[in-house]
Formats: sequence, structure tokens, C-alpha cells
Amino acid sequence: MTRYIIQRLVYMIITMFLIATFTFFLMKFLPGTPLSAADKLSEEQQQVVLEKYGLDDPVPVQYFNYIFNLLQGDMGISFQFDNREVTTIIFERIGPSMTLGVQAMVIGTILGMLLGLVSAIYHNGFLDYGSTFIAVIGKSIPSFVFAGILQYFVGVKLGWFPVALWEGWEYTVLPTVALAIFPIAIAARFMRTEMLEVMGSDYITTARAKGVNKFGVVFKHGLRNALIPLITVLGPLAIGLMTGTLVIENIFAVPGIGEQFVKAINTNDFPIIMGTTLLIAFLFIFIVLIIDLLYGVIDPRIRLAEGE
Amino acid sequence: MEKLLEVKDLHVSFDTYGGEVKAVRGVNFDLKRGETLAIVGESGSGKSVTTKALMQLIPMPPGRIKEGEILFEGRDIAKMNEKQMQKIRGKEMSMIFQDPMTSLNPTMKVGNQIMEGLIKHQKMNKAQARKRVVELLDLVGIPDPEGRMKQYPHQFSGGMRQRVVVAIALACNPKLLIADEPTTALDVTIQAQILELMKDIQKKTDSATIFITHDLGVVANVADRVAVMYAGKIVEVGTVDDIFYNPKHPYTWGLLGSMPSLDSEDEELYAIPGSPPDLLDPPKGDAFAARNEYAMKIDLEEEPPMFKVSDTHYAATWLLHENAPNIEPPETVKKRMKGMANSSSSSSEGERV
Repeated sequence: MTRYIIQRLVYMIITMFLIATFTFFLMKFLPGTPLSAADKLSEEQQQVVLEKYGLDDPVPVQYFNYIFNLLQGDMGISFQFDNREVTTIIFERIGPSMTLGVQAMVIGTILGMLLGLVSAIYHNGFLDYGSTFIAVIGKSIPSFVFAGILQYFVGVKLGWFPVALWEGWEYTVLPTVALAIFPIAIAARFMRTEMLEVMGSDYITTARAKGVNKFGVVFKHGLRNALIPLITVLGPLAIGLMTGTLVIENIFAVPGIGEQFVKAINTNDFPIIMGTTLLIAFLFIFIVLIIDLLYGVIDPRIRLAEGE
Repeated sequence: MEKLLEVKDLHVSFDTYGGEVKAVRGVNFDLKRGETLAIVGESGSGKSVTTKALMQLIPMPPGRIKEGEILFEGRDIAKMNEKQMQKIRGKEMSMIFQDPMTSLNPTMKVGNQIMEGLIKHQKMNKAQARKRVVELLDLVGIPDPEGRMKQYPHQFSGGMRQRVVVAIALACNPKLLIADEPTTALDVTIQAQILELMKDIQKKTDSATIFITHDLGVVANVADRVAVMYAGKIVEVGTVDDIFYNPKHPYTWGLLGSMPSLDSEDEELYAIPGSPPDLLDPPKGDAFAARNEYAMKIDLEEEPPMFKVSDTHYAATWLLHENAPNIEPPETVKKRMKGMANSSSSSSEGERV
């Protein structure tokens, strides 16, 4: 098991290196220059600025400089935010995004799984249709529409929670709910399908033939076997939510990383683009590792030979 | 011997979009304590549905017990609700399933799967249950029970898994054991082992067994009595000797004739022509008439009642009516019957009489 994890960590480093390389060269193809007022500056002035950031070197030299600095934990300084360190900016911004993402994921997964379970147990009954309806709504209505509805009714009309900004926990409620709708829908749908399939399998009949009651059949025998496909979809979804969603962050004026990322791309702020990409890539690879380890915890058949 | 189980006029139907499928259409049989009854018939004849209905394990809906009584020690199980059934399942009657590869929970340790029933029905604590699991695994012939009970099903071979399934079924010493084609999914050498095991266990535990199979070789080996099912009905019932040496129903002849045997000289196997009727709309008269080369006019009009052949032997065919012509089974079947007498008498007769 330990050997497996170490092996995976080595792969992680290689992957990160490849991603850094790839993004670096791709970024050079972005149209425009990092200079915000290029047309107002003379040739010499532009030259001075480019020199200061090392942008006048040949691309391979820039690349090696970048990788060299990166290995020392230095991601460079931002072009657009008054020469501040990229790492500082990203850490400031990732906080709100992570908070929203994690909250939405936890609520979404739990509620979604419950809905899916209810659907499967009361298959083709009133509760099944009800929860399927919620799932369809959640999947088909775009989150910004839902965000607007929440802001107007819950925020303005009822006045229960603040409509926007980021000044305390109560400010996270509405954006969290708006974000959670999608994972609820996905989890409910997968849970229902998987659970129905599991409930039709032979070992469930075996369990019933032993005299196990409905609760035991569903939770002791069914649930665990239905979890594998669910985790496979929810993992990438979690990363998407935690690394910031541009739309929701904009609507609720949350100082998150999604908004920042888009701004950086528009202004050719290379260090920020690189930094954010690497962070998202890292989170992604990390969560995939966690999911792979979770598979083994849930299903003994996937457990590694060394772990036994 | 007193009667443990009495099934009276059992009808089971499934409501589908196409209409009501009458899977079991009036089945009657009984079972004494410690007795083994084999139910044989081709796929779709209703043997599995009949026995699953005994434990109310058919999915309801769409399935339902339409009418009839299932008297288990005098209590009518057909009228019981889910809660009452949960107390009977696994304790008074239990079931061994066809495919050991799918009938064990892949994410639960084998020991825990066996323990479940013990903790539920016999109110054992974990330590007591664990001790009993070791005994059970030993009984079904699994070596190193202490180590094996901590493993998962995928660490067992097919034959070993079926032994585990048998152990689960036996856990609470049920009075009735239903084995639904327990050897069909296994290869031949393992089949023999599992059959030996089941015979062995029956001697030790004295539970009554209903053995579903389409393998007549298995029947000769394990059963006391045989019921032949066709299109949701029992068409012939009798002792093993009645069915093998004096079969009366043309469908039973067909089954016997289509059984391959090593010592038969003739190379051609008899095949019953056609396929079973659509139970969405069962035919009028005898359901087997369309495939029966000896069918008479009355077979197409009226259903045959059960005719008595002897005290133990009944068959539902108009050929037994006093006005019917005297028809002998076809030659191939007669040869098979002789072959059966030679090959199986040594083992089955010796034990039974």
C-alpha cells in the first residue's frame, strides 16, 4: 500500500511537470501582450518593461527560468496586481472558492444520495417521481438562473440571507445553495440508477432470504455496492466546484479564484495563469488519487494485492 | 410422518405491460418432514416461481400470489405480511440459489454474511455467532474456517462459494430447505461434490428439502419424490421409482428421452418438439397438447385432471382415462428407463429401501 502511494506521488510530480511545460508554451500563443496600455507606450518604454519581466528573452530561456524558479517554490509576480507575488494572490483567492465548493459538495452529495435512495426504494411511487423531478430541474436549469431566483426571493423578499459580498459565514449560504443544486441532481440520478440495479441483484435476494429487513437490505447490503460509480462521477465534479465557478462568484460578488482566473487570461497575466492552472491540476490529480484509494476501501475486489 | 408443507391450488401471476402472465396455475403438493421433493421441468415451467412464492421472494409488484394456500406447519404463509415473513425467512425455511458467483454480497466478509441470520433469529452475540460460523464452515467442508470467514467472496472459488451459500442457508437449522438449481452453474466435478454435501447434510440435520432442477441425473441421486412441472402446473408426481420406471405423462417421457447417458447405444437424443406455451395467454385444454405426438381430440378442449396411478403416483394426462387407447412410451425412452435402472439402482435403491 505504501509503495503504491509513493509510486502514485512520483507519477503526480511527473504529471505536474508535463502540465507546467504544456501550459507554458500554450500561453505563448495567447494573442495580445501583457502590457495593458501597449499603444500608448513607445518602443523603448515597452522594451524596458519586457526586459524587467524577462519577456524579451528567447522562449526556451524563459521556460528554463520559469521551471527553475518553480522548483524553488517561486511562481513569479503578477503583471496586473501591482507586482504582488502570485502565491499570495492565489492563496487569498482560493479560500472563498474552496469554502463554497466544499460546502456545496457536502450538502449536494448527502442530499442527492438521500433523494436517489428514496427514489430507488419507492421505485415508481410518488416519492420517486418527486425526487426525479427535483433531479431533472437541478440538472436542466442553469445555476445563474437559480442564483437570481435565490437572490430575489430568499435574499431580497424574505431577507433571510445577504444577497452578495463576502463578509461572514451567512454570506456563503445563498451561493452554496446555488452551487449545490447541480451535485444534488447528479448524485440523485446516479444513486437511483445504481441502487435499482443493485436491488435487483442476486445477493439482495440472498439477504432477503435470510430474513434481513428492508432497512438492513438497503443500507447494509445495497448502499456500499452502489457507491463506486457515484464516486467516479462526483470526484471530478468536486474539483470543478472547489476551484471556483466564474458565474456564481460573479453573481454573488465572491472574491474567489474563478473570477480571477478569467481576468488573468484576458490581460495575459502569465504568472497568474500558470499558477492557477498548476493549482487546479494539482487538486485534480490529488483528488483522483483519493478516489482511487476510496475504491479500495469500499470494494474489497479493487483492493491492492500488497494491502492485504 | 406428518406434513410440514402443504401447497393448495397456488396461482402466481405477474402483471406486465402486455397483460397478466400466469406463471403458476394451480399447483398442489405436500412435503413431509425430512423428505426431499425434486421439482423438474424445462426453463419457464414455473418451478422457480413456485418456490420463490413459498418464501414470498418474488418481486411484488409486479408479481402476486393470486390465490391458493401455502400451509407451513398449519399456518398460511400466502396471507402473511412482510414483517411476519422476515421472521420465517432464514429461520424456518431458507434457500440455496443457483449462481454462487452472484448470490454473495461482494463487499461483505463471508463470516459476516453467515452471521447475519444467527444474530437476527437466534439472538446470538458476536462471539457466539462467530463460533457457530466456524462450525458451519466446517460442516460444509471449507478448510481453515477461522481464516476463511474473514475473507471476501472473490477470494473463494465457485464451488467454495456455493458451500458458503449452503452454510448461510443452514445457519439457523431451517425446517425446510429450498435448493433452486444449486449445481447448475458449477462444473461437473464440483456438482458432484455439492450434491454429496447436500445429501450428507440432510442426513445430519433432517430438514425437508425442495430440490429444483432440470437435470434428471441429479433427481435420481437426491430425491425421494419427483414433481414434473409444465407450463405452471404439476403434470406428474410420484416417487423416484414411479417417475423413472413407470412414467405416464408424455412430457415426462420426453424429459427422460432427452437425457443423455454414457451407456446408451443409440446416438440420437430425443428432443421434445416446439417450445412451451405463452403464459400470457395459456392454451385451452392440455397445455402440452401442441407438442404432444399422442395428443387426442379431448386434449385440445379440456384440461386433464390428475389421474391416480398408484397411492404415490399421479399424472395429468388423458391417456390414463379408461377410454383412452393403451399407448406405450417410445422405444428410446424405454431404453433410457432400462439404462436408468442399471446405472442408478445401486446407489439410490440401497439407501432408500
